[in-house]
Amino acid sequence: MSGYLTALVDPAMPFVRNALVAGLLSAVLFGTLGAVVTVKRIAGLAGAISHAVLGGIGMALYLSAKGIVPNLPPIAGAMVFAVISAAIIGFVSLKAKQREDTVINALWAIGMSVGVLFIAKTPGYADPMSYLFGNILLVSGRDLVLLAILDAIVVFLAWRYYPQIEASAFDEEFAKVRGVPTDAIFLATLAVTAVAVVLLQTFVGIVMVIAMLTLPSGTAGYAARNLAAMMVGGTVLSAVFTVGGLAASWALDMPAGAVVVVIAGAAFLSVSAAVGLRSGKTRTAKPLGKKKA
Amino acid sequence: MGIQEVAIRFDDVSFAYGDLPVLDSASFHIHAGEFAALVGPNGAGKTTVLKLLLGLARPRTGRVTVLGRPPEEARSSIGYVPQHASYDPAFPISVTEVVRMGRLRGSSGRYGPNDAEAVRRALSMADVAGLADRAYSALSGGQRRRVLVARALAAEPELLVLDEPTANMDAESESRLFETLGGIKGSATILIVTHDTGFVTALTDAVFCVGERGSGRGVVRHKAAPVDHIASELYGGPALQVLHDTELPDDACRGCGKAGS
Repeated sequence: MSGYLTALVDPAMPFVRNALVAGLLSAVLFGTLGAVVTVKRIAGLAGAISHAVLGGIGMALYLSAKGIVPNLPPIAGAMVFAVISAAIIGFVSLKAKQREDTVINALWAIGMSVGVLFIAKTPGYADPMSYLFGNILLVSGRDLVLLAILDAIVVFLAWRYYPQIEASAFDEEFAKVRGVPTDAIFLATLAVTAVAVVLLQTFVGIVMVIAMLTLPSGTAGYAARNLAAMMVGGTVLSAVFTVGGLAASWALDMPAGAVVVVIAGAAFLSVSAAVGLRSGKTRTAKPLGKKKA
Repeated sequence: MGIQEVAIRFDDVSFAYGDLPVLDSASFHIHAGEFAALVGPNGAGKTTVLKLLLGLARPRTGRVTVLGRPPEEARSSIGYVPQHASYDPAFPISVTEVVRMGRLRGSSGRYGPNDAEAVRRALSMADVAGLADRAYSALSGGQRRRVLVARALAAEPELLVLDEPTANMDAESESRLFETLGGIKGSATILIVTHDTGFVTALTDAVFCVGERGSGRGVVRHKAAPVDHIASELYGGPALQVLHDTELPDDACRGCGKAGS
């Protein structure tokens, strides 16, 4: 731990500080957006978007290496694939629910396959591992600015449209009757998730980003009294998992993203088990009966 | 709003899901202030009628008016209690927050002091004020249903629509629900939808049955008569028997013609 703290203040190692700032900025997205993804039960949709992103990354690497589009950054290809995936998933979810699962799984698999094929045909060496599992030490100053901007947008949207988000997630039909544009909220959530996935994949990778969008908020959900508390709790837990994971990965010389996800997963499973055991004991001790209002 | 005003009017409304016809030239109306029951077996088309009057579906032919307006424009004056057979027990939300959703107005703004006062009144009217701070997931099925009634009342509706409100409800909750509805009757139009085609609560002024009618599927007004062999706790009080062998014309109600709106 002291080694990590020393590295944090070492002027020769700005990437360590960048990683910490990126982790804390990511925590806001993991907590706020993750709570919405969790209560709306669209983690599967977010997973499909995040995995389809590899297709865009592979395509950008290929086009750049071949000189077809010189200096095309992978993040540009990722963004294109993420937005297209979100649009297709949104359309299918709203208009053709009976095919939803098939289309989502197809996008998931095709996106990754296209990425692998492009990377295989890219001249020179392109390591897919850093995209799949993340490399937070590669976070640039531009990435931090983009993350901060997205944080501000997501927090503003969550604050401004909190009643509408809460109602459409809790009871979509009722929200529609009250005039809430539930389809627009759903599509906006997918679009923001798509952009967030692209920015967050640098941190934990496209394979594990969905874990961080669900585990901290899911853990916070056990203690939260409402969606807002779940967002705040998820953000705080994400920050704790991130800082703890970065320090542990530094000390153990392990990939930071994987360590962070393992810590978040262990916390979620531990809390789930504790809650399960407690509710089991309660049922044994006090058989359920009718309660009068 | 006078007694002759019409709250809900279906004029020759037809609707189909693809090639599957659900309603065929259905015409009926419900007066403002009435307590009406829409009955019919499962799959008869009750939910379709609800979707049409809530503006969640559009008729293929014919016209639906609610409170004198197209349904989409009348939504802010409608209190809706969905059947809500399923909910997410992991959704963190309190009873007060659920009821506050009844104050939503599209995408506009956040909740204010007036909303808090309306929520307090609605909780009291639905007899769930004592549950205000409880987690929604910690309630019994009957308590949750009454909370959803409070949510609908928070809108201070001119029209209250309840879809199968007594499904899976214990006798005590059912009794309290009808007590609440009895208190509201007259100040708002109430439409209760139920698959129980045999009997309705004695609060009912008009009974409509959805289902097969000759070559098509329509909505027919029936008479209902008091019965004394039904246990009072089943309908929260005295019950009326629906007389399915009576078919009343749409303008059969007292002092009413089609121009009554």
